[in-house]
Amino acid sequence: MPKLTIDGVEIEVAPGTSILQASEMLGVEVPRFCYHDKLSVPANCRMCLVEVSPGPPKPQASCALACADGMVVKTNSEMVHKARKGVMEMMLINHPLDCPICDQGGECDLQDQAVAYGFDRSRYHESKRAKVDPDVGPLVKTVMTRCIQCTRCVRFAEEIAGTPDLGLVNRGEDVEITTFVEKAINTELSGNLVDICPVGALTSKPYAFTARPWELRKTESIDVHDAVGSNIRIDARGGEVMRVLPRLHEDVNEEWISDRTRYAHDGLKRQRLDRPYVRDAQSGKLRPASWEEAFSVAAEKLLSVKQGWKAALVGDLCDLESMVALKDLMGSLHETNLECRTDGAFYDASSRAGYIFNSTIAGIEQADAILLVGTNPRREAALVNARIRKTWLNKRVKVGVIGEVADLTYPYEHIGTGPADLENLIKSAGGFAAVLKNAKNPMIIVGMGAFQREDGLAVQALARQCAETFNMVREGWNGFNVLHTAASRIGALDIGFTSKDGFDLGKVELVYLLGADDFPMEYINPHAFVIYQGHHGDAGANRADVILPGAAYTEKNGLYVNTEGRVQMARKAVEAPGEAREDWKIIRALSAYIHRQLPYDDLFQLRERIAREWPHLMQIDQILPAPWTVFGLPGKVAGTSFVSAVQNFYMTNVITRASLTMAECTKVFLHHDVAEAAE
Amino acid sequence: MKKHLDLHAAYQPQSFSFRSAEAVKDILSRYPEGRARSAIMPLLDLAQRQVAEDGAKANPPYGGWIPRAAMDEIARIVGQPPIKVYEVATFYSMYNIEPVGQYLVQMCTTTPCMLCGSDNIVKACQDRLGIGLGETTGDGKFSLMEVECLGACVNAPMVQINDDFYEDLTPARMVEIIDLLEQGKEVPVGSQTGRLNSQAEGGGTTLKDAKVRKSGT
Repeated sequence: MPKLTIDGVEIEVAPGTSILQASEMLGVEVPRFCYHDKLSVPANCRMCLVEVSPGPPKPQASCALACADGMVVKTNSEMVHKARKGVMEMMLINHPLDCPICDQGGECDLQDQAVAYGFDRSRYHESKRAKVDPDVGPLVKTVMTRCIQCTRCVRFAEEIAGTPDLGLVNRGEDVEITTFVEKAINTELSGNLVDICPVGALTSKPYAFTARPWELRKTESIDVHDAVGSNIRIDARGGEVMRVLPRLHEDVNEEWISDRTRYAHDGLKRQRLDRPYVRDAQSGKLRPASWEEAFSVAAEKLLSVKQGWKAALVGDLCDLESMVALKDLMGSLHETNLECRTDGAFYDASSRAGYIFNSTIAGIEQADAILLVGTNPRREAALVNARIRKTWLNKRVKVGVIGEVADLTYPYEHIGTGPADLENLIKSAGGFAAVLKNAKNPMIIVGMGAFQREDGLAVQALARQCAETFNMVREGWNGFNVLHTAASRIGALDIGFTSKDGFDLGKVELVYLLGADDFPMEYINPHAFVIYQGHHGDAGANRADVILPGAAYTEKNGLYVNTEGRVQMARKAVEAPGEAREDWKIIRALSAYIHRQLPYDDLFQLRERIAREWPHLMQIDQILPAPWTVFGLPGKVAGTSFVSAVQNFYMTNVITRASLTMAECTKVFLHHDVAEAAE
Repeated sequence: MKKHLDLHAAYQPQSFSFRSAEAVKDILSRYPEGRARSAIMPLLDLAQRQVAEDGAKANPPYGGWIPRAAMDEIARIVGQPPIKVYEVATFYSMYNIEPVGQYLVQMCTTTPCMLCGSDNIVKACQDRLGIGLGETTGDGKFSLMEVECLGACVNAPMVQINDDFYEDLTPARMVEIIDLLEQGKEVPVGSQTGRLNSQAEGGGTTLKDAKVRKSGT
C-alpha cells in the first residue's frame, strides 16, 4: 500500500492507483481531457500534469503515473501551472473560437479549463486548420475542427460499444478522428459519444441548436424504454423535454444509456392523447369528451358488465402505482382477469426467482460462463450487453448462445437455435456443457424470445433444469436470469397482475387497457367495450371506446422495478399535455364513479398501501433476493427456433413509434443490419 | 507531405493477397501469441514491396504502395478491425497509401539540407521531370515527395530514392541521376562526390597516423 503526499496531505492508496485517482480521493481537482475513469488510459492530452518528486525535474502526466511510496506530489505549483498553460495553448492553436454557436457551450471541459489555464490572447498568427466532418449517422453530429484528439470516442467505441469503427488517422497537425469509411456508427450506445466528448466535436444531432444547458431544468429519473431501468436525468425547458442524459449508477447502467433511452423523447411530443375521447354510438368515431362524460360512460360499462366478463391488461411502460390502483379497482369489482404479459410470453409467475434477473446486472462481472437462451441482449437490453462485453474484455468470459446468430460485440459459441438444443446441452458432457460444469459462477440468461411461444412454460422448466444441472444456484450465487424487455413487467408480476387460470380475451365483454398497445388488437372480442388509458394514440387508442389520457414517464412520479427486481423512483419532469393526468389519479377518480372509491387520496397514501402488502416494493434501489423454488411446467418442447423478442431496437413501444429520430435510425441502421445479416 | 487515403478511389484494386504465405508466417512468428497486432508494420512493408515488384514489371511501371485491399487483408490476418491498420498506415510517411512512381524521390528539405541548397535540388528535379512535389510523371517512372530529415545531414543535401540514399548532391548531379535511372542504368549510391562515409569534405583530418582499417576491407 503506497503512501504518498499530495499537496501536503498524506494518503495511502491501493497499489496501481494513479496519482490522478488519488488526488480525486482527496478532493483535489486535476484537469483532464483524455482520461475517463471507465476507459483505458492513453495519456495523450497532457492536461493533468503534476509535479512529482523524487523523479525527473519535469511535469508528469498524473493519469498514467501510478502512486509509489514516498512520492511528494504538487498539483498546484508554479511549474504545474506553467505546464498546463502550455498544454492549453497548444490545444487552442487549432481550436475554433466558435463557443457562441457551439452546442457544448456552457458544459464544455475545454471552455471551463480555459478559464483556469488559458491565455488571454493568442500568440498564433498562422491559419487554423479545418477538417471535413464525417457523417456518422442520425444521432451524432460531428464538427471535427473542434476536436482536440483526446481519443475518448475511439476508446469508447472500441472498449464499451464493441464496434471499433472510429480511429485516429494521419499525424501531427493533420491528425483526425474518423470512421474513414464514413459509415454510421452502428452501436446502440452511440449517444454516449456525445457525453464523453470533452469539447463540441461530437454533439447530439437531434438536440442541435435547441437549448443551452443553463436554460434547462434537470430532473433525476428512471428510464422505461427497456427493463434495465437506466438512471437518467431529464433536461426540460418549459413543458418540453429537451434531452435525456445518463446518471451514474454503478450497478445498473454505470454511466451509459442506450440510444433509445436518449433519443426517443421526441416521441413524447407527437401522437399524444391530450383529452378524453368517447366513441360516438351513431358515427362509430371517436369524439372529444369531458372527463365527466368519459368517466360516466366507462363507469356505466364497468358496472353493467357481469363479473367474470371483464379483463384488465397493463402495458410495458406503466408505473407501479397505477398498476396497483388498477388492480384495486378491478378487485373492488371482484374481477380476477388481470394480465401483464401482453407480449405473449408464457412463463410461471408464481416464483419470483423464476422471472427476475437473479444475479443482478453488476453480478455479470462475476460470471465466468454465460449461456444466452432465446435472447439478443444487444437489442433487448443494450447495457446488459455492454456489461457482458466488459466482462469479456476483463477476463474473456465464455459465452454460449442458443438462439439467433447475431453480432453481440463479443465472440461466443453458437450452440443451437431451439429448445431441443438446450435439452441436448443439459444431457451432454463435452463442449459448452463442460465449460458450464467447470465454471465457478456459471450463468444462464433467458430472454423473452424463449417464452414467447406455446411451450414457454416447458422452456422455463428446462432453463431451471439447466441451472440446477450446472450448479448455477447455490449459497451466495444465483445464476438463473430472465431478461425482460418491459419496464413495468417485474412490478406487475410482483403485485400479481396476472391471472392464474387465464382467460379468453376473445370472449370478455369489457377490456381495460392501461397503456397496453403491444399486442394484436384482433385478440380482443370485437364486440367488447374497450377502455384505453394511456398517453399515445397508438393501437390501443384506435380500438378504444373510451380514451382516458394518461401521463408518460417524464410526466409523473412513479416507481419502476427493473429486470433485476430493483425498485427505482422516477420523478416528474414536465406536466402532461392538455387534460392528461397522472395515471393513478385517473383510476382513483374513476373508482368514485363506480361507487367503490379507492382508499388513497395522494401518492403517499397509495405508496403506503403498496408497502403494507408488498414491503419490498418500497425499498428504493434495493433488490429482494428471491428464494429458489420449483417453477415452470416440464413438458414437451417444440422444434421451432427461438426468435429474439426485439427485432428492431429503435421501435419497441408507443413512444419510440411516435419518434422521428427513432424512425430515422430504423431507416439508417436497420437497413445496414439487413445488409449484414445477408452476408 | 500530407498523405491522402481514399478508400474508394478508382485506382484501388479489388483484392490483394500475399504471394508468399511463408513470409507472412515468418513475420507473425516474431511476436508472442495474442500479440499479432504488432505484425501490422512489417506486413504493411511486405505488401508495399510486393506491389513494387509487380509495378517494376508493369507497363507503365509504378512503385510500391499499399492498396486498401492489402490493409484489409492485413487486418484480417492479425485479427484487428481495419481502422487499426489504416491508423498505422496513415501515420508513417514511409507507407505510401496512394500509387507512386517506380522511383519515389523523397527530398529532404529540413534545415541542414536546406542550408546546403536543397531548394535548388528540388527545383532541378521539378524542372527536369515537369512535375511538382507530391506528383508523379505521366510515364509512371518518378514521383517527387518532400520529407523531413532522413538523418544524413553531414552529407547534405540528399534525397532518398526507393531504398537508397544519394548524398552530396548538386542540381546537375541530381539531373544526371534521374537521367541514368530513366535509362535503367546503375547509379552509385551514397555520396556522389566520392566522399568516404561522412568524412570531412577534404578527406580525413584527424587520426591520420593511426592504423585505421580502410573502409570496405
